[in-house]
Amino acid sequence: MDGILLGLETALQPTNILICLLGVTLGTAVGVLPGIGPTATVALLLPITFEFDPVASLIMLAGIYYGAQYGGSTTAILLNLPGESSSVVTALDGHQMARQGRAGPALATAALGSFFAGTVGTIVLALFAPPLAQLALKFGPADYFAIVVLGLIASIALASGSAVKALAMIVLGLLLGTIGQDQFTGVPRFTFGVRELYGGLDFVSLAVGLFGLAEIIRNLETKNSSSIVTKKVEGLWLSKDDFRRIRNPVLRGTALGSVLGVLPGGGHVLASFTSYSVEKNLSKEPKKFGTGVIEGVAAPESANNAAAQTSFIPLLSLGLPAHPVMALLVGAFIIQGITPGPNVINDEPELVWGLIASMWVGNLLLVALNLPLIGIWVKMLSVPYEVMFPAIIAFASIGCYSLGLNSWDVFAIAAAGVVGYFLIRWGCEAAPLLLGFVLGPLLEENLRRAMIISRGDPTVFLTRPISASLLILAALIIIIAVLPSVRRKREVVFQGEDD
Amino acid sequence: MSTDHTVVDGAGHRPAPFRPDLYAGAAFVVLGLAFAIGGSRYDVGSALRMGSGYVPLALGGLLVVLGLLVVAMGFRGGDPSIRDVQREPIPWRRGGLLVAAIMFFGFFVSGLGLGPTLFVTTFIAAMAGHGTSPLKAALTAAGITALCLVVFVALLQLRLPLLGDWLGG
Repeated sequence: MDGILLGLETALQPTNILICLLGVTLGTAVGVLPGIGPTATVALLLPITFEFDPVASLIMLAGIYYGAQYGGSTTAILLNLPGESSSVVTALDGHQMARQGRAGPALATAALGSFFAGTVGTIVLALFAPPLAQLALKFGPADYFAIVVLGLIASIALASGSAVKALAMIVLGLLLGTIGQDQFTGVPRFTFGVRELYGGLDFVSLAVGLFGLAEIIRNLETKNSSSIVTKKVEGLWLSKDDFRRIRNPVLRGTALGSVLGVLPGGGHVLASFTSYSVEKNLSKEPKKFGTGVIEGVAAPESANNAAAQTSFIPLLSLGLPAHPVMALLVGAFIIQGITPGPNVINDEPELVWGLIASMWVGNLLLVALNLPLIGIWVKMLSVPYEVMFPAIIAFASIGCYSLGLNSWDVFAIAAAGVVGYFLIRWGCEAAPLLLGFVLGPLLEENLRRAMIISRGDPTVFLTRPISASLLILAALIIIIAVLPSVRRKREVVFQGEDD
Repeated sequence: MSTDHTVVDGAGHRPAPFRPDLYAGAAFVVLGLAFAIGGSRYDVGSALRMGSGYVPLALGGLLVVLGLLVVAMGFRGGDPSIRDVQREPIPWRRGGLLVAAIMFFGFFVSGLGLGPTLFVTTFIAAMAGHGTSPLKAALTAAGITALCLVVFVALLQLRLPLLGDWLGG
């Protein structure tokens, strides 16, 4: 618990509170824009955070992430336009509530549920990340290789589309990650003599292209015609009856989310879908779900936020990002000169605990800030898309260019956006590609190290107990993911409302 | 691999292959080949001392195999997760304008400076909107440029010159 105290001391410094506040506000402001999910928001705002020192910049990023999630829920409830798959479920009942003039209680439920879940998630994170990091210090290169493989494979099982395509996207991401100088021999690979590519493809450009530009092109396929159901949001306070009804869903959602959030590859999506089905099954009136019941907002929002918090566990203890936003954070760590992994928690306690504590502060700020300011966010929703997307293009270009004053980073946005648009159109999700890209260098480094240590004997991965069990687990996941019966069940979970 | 969709009406009456799967698979095969061939030009080495080309060659090969699997899926009824989704026509002109806008920024920002480049970039991008007239695009571009200059130059103090070398800035 010393860690928590250190963290609170860091997070509660006035400048850091201010930076967290700035992050939360910016995150909400961008996240609330329709069609921009948390991943795109974090990618777009990432360059701004590099203006600060490491601790402050990561605190700001965490703030942006929570703000973006909350902004996404607001859009889902008011516009029925979920920015990312995790808020799809919130939209089911949340939007119906808004149509019935109960947008206020829906938004308040989302905020309070998220705050409670975030608090619990933070405690879980503080309890489990340090021992896991201690354990990870004993890992050899072979074990590390196995855990990266497991992380990548698990992200397939949780992706909503075809497993083969997700696997191909991971491999493509891994390959894109090999562009640049080989870390062992210094040989420049796939750089075609372009010096600017020696450092590798810029991952901010890749993320902005895949999640920003590709999404804009997709939105331009059809004429955008969405209208807000309520111009004014009134009656934010919950009645006693509302409180009684959301209590148990919030508790169950938090528990589910805390556990599922640790899973690599999108545990938060699974958490919100599962908690919704659980509430529906436990409810005395399951038929009412989807018509605007408050439980249908409380449970997935809590699950989502608890999962968002606990998904930091693999990141802070193993250096493994659990989903694309975490992958962006890994990139941010690296740009700040910090190698994420089990050592970070010992080498940079102020940073890690400061980050953990500021997540809680960020959640608190969200409740304090978002509910009173809801009028402003609603105004942002009425900005027409025709004005918004050129602004996003401008922000993305300036952001990526300002990082290294390198025109190639700007060209990379265009390339990633076009390729991403077509791949997404053909049913390939972008998230596994980004995970592969971030984890590629780690995977290759540990593979080559392990092979040198074992003198070229590939059985090393199966004779070390840790790596063997992790690889077997990964193999099981692949088998399960492609088995027809399980696939069908998984589709039911992802369709949620049909069961 | 995903065998949950089987062709019901026998081999003789197979439906036409599912195009998106063919395209996606072909893209994976081409990219996989490119990385594998490129990788084989570097020092591949052995399993003991892997050279720079080892991992790209192996992963490129794997991507080719996965691409072929995706193609096979296209011949066996198609990817169930997108098969029944209605696809809108590809917005070639709008997408092209967006790409042109970003490329313009990359090419000219150092020469023209942030102010003029940003205006042209946002103007080209705005023209991609549905029913946006040149006048409306110019107004949008002017507004966004002003906003960006305030945020990035005045507030965040990025070291980007407002006017580039070509304009004597």
